[in-house]
Amino acid sequence: MQFMLLFSRQGKLRLQKWYVPLSDKEKKKITRELVQTVLARKPKMCSFLEWRDLKIVYKRYASLYFCCAIEDQDNELITLEIIHRYVELLDKYFGSVCELDIIFNFEKAYFILDEFLLGGEAQETSKKNVLKAIEQADLLQEVRYTPNHSHVWQI
Amino acid sequence: MSDVVEKTLTALPSLLSLDSHPGSAKLSSTSKLGNLIRGITELTSKHEEEKLIQHELLAIKEQVSSPNTTMRQMKELMVRSIYCEMLGYEASFSYIHAIKLAQQGTVLEKRVGYLAVSLFLNESHELLLLLVNTVLKDLQSTNLIEVCMALTVVSQMFPKDMIPAILPLVEEKLNHPKEIIRRKAVLALYKFYLIAPNQVQHIHNKFRKALCDKDPGVMTASLHIYLQMIQENPDAYKDLTPSFVTILKQVVGGKLPMDFNYHTVPAPWLQIQLLRILALLGKNDQSTSEVMYEVLDESLRRAEMNHNITYAILYECVKCIYTIHPKSDLLEKAAKCIGNFVLSPKINLKYLGLKALTYVVQQDPKLALQHQMTIIECLDHPDLIIKRETLELLFRITNAQNVTVIVEKMLEFLCISEDDHTTIDLVGKVAELAEKYAPDNEWFIETMNTVFSLGGDMMQPDIPNSFLKLLSEGFDSVEEDRKLKLFAVNSYVPLLRGEPGKLPQRFLQVISWVLGEYSHLREDLEPAEVLSLLAKLLDMKNSSSETKSWVLMAMTKLCKGGTDASVTQEVSETYSSSLDTVLRQRAHELQYLSQDPELRARVLPRGANPETLEVDSSLSFLDRFVSEALAAGAAPYKPPHQRQEELDQSKALSLEPYGLSLPISMSSCSITDRQSPTLLSMSSGLSGDSADLSHKGGSSALKLDGVKRVWGREGYLAQREPVEEAAQVEVPSPIQSPGRQGEGDSLHSQTPTQTPTPEPEQEKQQLASSLFVGLASQSSVSLMGKSEPTPQRFRRKAKGQGPGSSFNASEQISSSLISPPSAVDNLLCNNLLDSNNASELAEQTSQLSQRLTTANGTCHTEAELTEPDTKGCNPALRRDNCVVAADPGPHDDPGRLTEVCLDSYLPAELSGLSHSEIAPLCANQSLNLSACHVQKEDSLILVVFIINSSESAIQQMLLQVDSEELEVSCLCDSPAGEMTSHSVAVGQYSLTVKRPAVHVEVVGTVSYQLPAGTSQSLQFSYKVPLTSFIRPFVVSTEEYGTMWLSFSHDTKQNLTLINDNQEPLTATLNALKKKLQLHVVEVIGMEGIVACRLLQDLPCLMHCRVNAGWLAVWLRSPVPDLPDCLIYHCQRALQSL
Repeated sequence: MQFMLLFSRQGKLRLQKWYVPLSDKEKKKITRELVQTVLARKPKMCSFLEWRDLKIVYKRYASLYFCCAIEDQDNELITLEIIHRYVELLDKYFGSVCELDIIFNFEKAYFILDEFLLGGEAQETSKKNVLKAIEQADLLQEVRYTPNHSHVWQI
Repeated sequence: MSDVVEKTLTALPSLLSLDSHPGSAKLSSTSKLGNLIRGITELTSKHEEEKLIQHELLAIKEQVSSPNTTMRQMKELMVRSIYCEMLGYEASFSYIHAIKLAQQGTVLEKRVGYLAVSLFLNESHELLLLLVNTVLKDLQSTNLIEVCMALTVVSQMFPKDMIPAILPLVEEKLNHPKEIIRRKAVLALYKFYLIAPNQVQHIHNKFRKALCDKDPGVMTASLHIYLQMIQENPDAYKDLTPSFVTILKQVVGGKLPMDFNYHTVPAPWLQIQLLRILALLGKNDQSTSEVMYEVLDESLRRAEMNHNITYAILYECVKCIYTIHPKSDLLEKAAKCIGNFVLSPKINLKYLGLKALTYVVQQDPKLALQHQMTIIECLDHPDLIIKRETLELLFRITNAQNVTVIVEKMLEFLCISEDDHTTIDLVGKVAELAEKYAPDNEWFIETMNTVFSLGGDMMQPDIPNSFLKLLSEGFDSVEEDRKLKLFAVNSYVPLLRGEPGKLPQRFLQVISWVLGEYSHLREDLEPAEVLSLLAKLLDMKNSSSETKSWVLMAMTKLCKGGTDASVTQEVSETYSSSLDTVLRQRAHELQYLSQDPELRARVLPRGANPETLEVDSSLSFLDRFVSEALAAGAAPYKPPHQRQEELDQSKALSLEPYGLSLPISMSSCSITDRQSPTLLSMSSGLSGDSADLSHKGGSSALKLDGVKRVWGREGYLAQREPVEEAAQVEVPSPIQSPGRQGEGDSLHSQTPTQTPTPEPEQEKQQLASSLFVGLASQSSVSLMGKSEPTPQRFRRKAKGQGPGSSFNASEQISSSLISPPSAVDNLLCNNLLDSNNASELAEQTSQLSQRLTTANGTCHTEAELTEPDTKGCNPALRRDNCVVAADPGPHDDPGRLTEVCLDSYLPAELSGLSHSEIAPLCANQSLNLSACHVQKEDSLILVVFIINSSESAIQQMLLQVDSEELEVSCLCDSPAGEMTSHSVAVGQYSLTVKRPAVHVEVVGTVSYQLPAGTSQSLQFSYKVPLTSFIRPFVVSTEEYGTMWLSFSHDTKQNLTLINDNQEPLTATLNALKKKLQLHVVEVIGMEGIVACRLLQDLPCLMHCRVNAGWLAVWLRSPVPDLPDCLIYHCQRALQSL
């Protein structure tokens, strides 16, 4: 996978993860172009896009678009499932996730993503294992700083 | 659901107020981010947002640089910086603080620090170097979380050069008891493999251990590496096939823990990865494929559930089945699967079905026939992506019979597509099909006109190039030739009369050229009219200067004086003072040639046959001119790089046009006294134009470029194959006609708009029959053509020998261009093997280089060849000696006299060959040892001379020679026994390389007894550079290709290019060839392939590509270390120039 973008229906970027080295300028250009292209697509259309020499796989969950860029020989369907698994992970972690969770806790969303995909490849596909790793790291945080804190932004 | 979110958004302020509750420290810190987010949601304009964020960034900046900021506050600041960057505002001031946070923070602060680093920086960012120490420290931490974080960041980005610093620690982690650490370590190594494959070469066996890891997660991670490695070299991993098959069997059979299930499907990611690996392993390999048939069958069978994830597996399975050696029942099942995909109402599956169909249609064209109605429907699908994929499929099944319909569909799509990438791609495909299968002249020209209009200036430059080449080369039938050209002229004149301003520049250039060359074919067309049409183009505002120079050139060809004089006069006057040097030159040419019809007829002969051109690339006819000029005090010629250095500070002055115009000329243009060199080069450029025009596409094309460009262009153009297609296009072939007659319906439906068909269904049927015509029977022709495995450019080359192509001419030019250096090379090689005629050759060489010197004004590369070569010893060998000399024997130099004398002791069978300088090895009061090596064609001989310098005889002398890196075998009996006073004994050893090293060393001992009875021994060592073992390796390009794929050891490096007055690639390769005895297999455009062998028969292949001023070299060999050693010598060889 070359990169993953999360953006809202209004075209606001919520998360960006780049697995190929690109300049900031290129990243911005790609993001702008892709957000525009994907938002212009109608609901019943194909989830795959040919874009430059890449394949874009996107899926909309509620108000959020998840969008991945893969290479031509990669499997589009499994990429859709990668997106889905990531959403499942977010859902499980935040408990019925919504866009606001990701806005306010985007660093957590990044941590989960890094535990699931590493360097653009699926690292750990077992849901249990990913969450275990996150919780262990979180625990350190909670124990040391806010022992009684639970997720404030759960909605 | 989105409504819910919007409601939540409006409720946000109240939610955020929760935040201000006193109490938890965490709350107050996040509230700053919360405030920021809330602030942004309340804004109404982009401008306000900008102001707010700038304000925020200022505040962050102030705080991060304050010494009182704690790491905990820093963590919060970093989160806010990340947020600002995500919104598109730069916060580069915080990068260094992110690194500091990762370095100094406690675990959870570190976590944010690392995250910020991985989001802010990319792997080439220089700040990343500061992270290396932190990573090192964390990798050694006892805290697992810290180790995990370090590995996570390393797997995402790490400076390539610093990999060695942490590699041992990462490797160590492969044995860590925790699986998560092992898994991350494997992925980190995968990343290293991707960015620096050489660095992890030595741990390949550890990857195997990871593959056998008891934890499925670690094993899955290792498959990423294997997929990559197998992609590069499938042969090296065939032995793993049964293991991969077994793993897949277990996964499919549900043997993995339930955790790995995804929607009740066992480890789908793992399955897909394995299927991809199996496809690579089984490709073109029947026996390996047979191992996997069973498990593939089972995968197909198990994946029955109606869920996306099973379709993903099925799709990969189908691809695998069609990639490996075919098995009929599997193919049948796979075909059924594809059918299900194509027919599926789900659009994603339909898309993949089309994609799979495109993938398999070459092997199985009938499958497309089965689904023709679905394909027709997809052609009209509202989703452009589906439409586009369908066209891709149709492109693959195009043949001479359906080409018109398919191209029409593609052009239709082009008209609605707004995406540049798609346009460029499709335009190229249309042009390819048109050239290959055009049914007649009119269709071809019209289609190409559409291509040029739609493709505009975005399209690949080779499209207009090969179009013009096709027109100019012509075909066997003179009449057909004339018709095609005439038709082109006829179609362009109205375009110019219309609104030429709307046409893309590239198209105007094509039009200008065609009119310049062929408008005379149309008898009713006055040259004056064409001239005025062309002149109109010059006045258009949006005409680029490149177009203008094409136009001027066309006018030069057309002007005849007389009535046209006023137009040409006016134009040439306008442009002869142009600031653009090229335009100015063209204008002068126009002016000059329009006044001198005789000269014009000679330099621009109408309908010149390109083959008649010959080039004297040594420029010998200039010798007199140059020497006279030098005698008259002219400055000697300086090669461009030298001039560049000298010009360093005044870069504004570009000498390019002059530099380029000088070194060409055609010997066919006789030189008369009154011609200046400028005119000479100009005329050659012009006549060159009528012969070879394809290089004009590039921006610099119209400058008077040197002969070498012809070579470069030819490599470039070789990717297309218009020669062969040309024949197909033009001859209204008997093969085509019956097919077309037989398909009355299809002809009918080629113009569906004109045929009113009331029934839409019937229309589709007709479309289908015209689209899929010939697929079942005659398709093999086109399909075979495309599935040809050999890269086209190589194929093209072989074809160049055919009659009627100007390719011959360009090949001649190019070969003669490189011939002087290679002649020198040949001489050297011969010299090496047979020094009997050394003196004669040396003379020739020096003559040759002198000639070059005079011709070019200077010749620094060859200069060393002219120095007196008293020993008849090859320069390469002598250079080798420098290395030896740099490491002299431990004892005193016995003196040159001895050496000269020793020459005569060389064994008779070696005396004819050239040898390295006889170097002293060691000496004591009684013995003197010297040695040299002799390069034979298929061996290297070490000769050791033992001189008894004492006054008495010595006894029981024994010479032993050995080496770690070399295989040493004694050629004749090693000298032993007694040696009388002042005698010389000679030992001969044949050396072959066991283990390549930059320099290989032979060590030896001589033991002997003095008459007094005391035993003595002497030790010595002798270094030989690896280059002495290198011999040219003559292979064909095809053989090279096969070998390339099968070699596993490689290295990549950038070398400096020689910026000689020659073309840099050729110059550099020739220098390497000369110095290292490499064999240049082929040079194509900016790429060259070179081969050599290490004695006896260890090949090493080298692939060179000119890239951004460097020569990117990739070496491959079956022998470990050989590529690395060779690259070292290449570097040295180029440095020493």
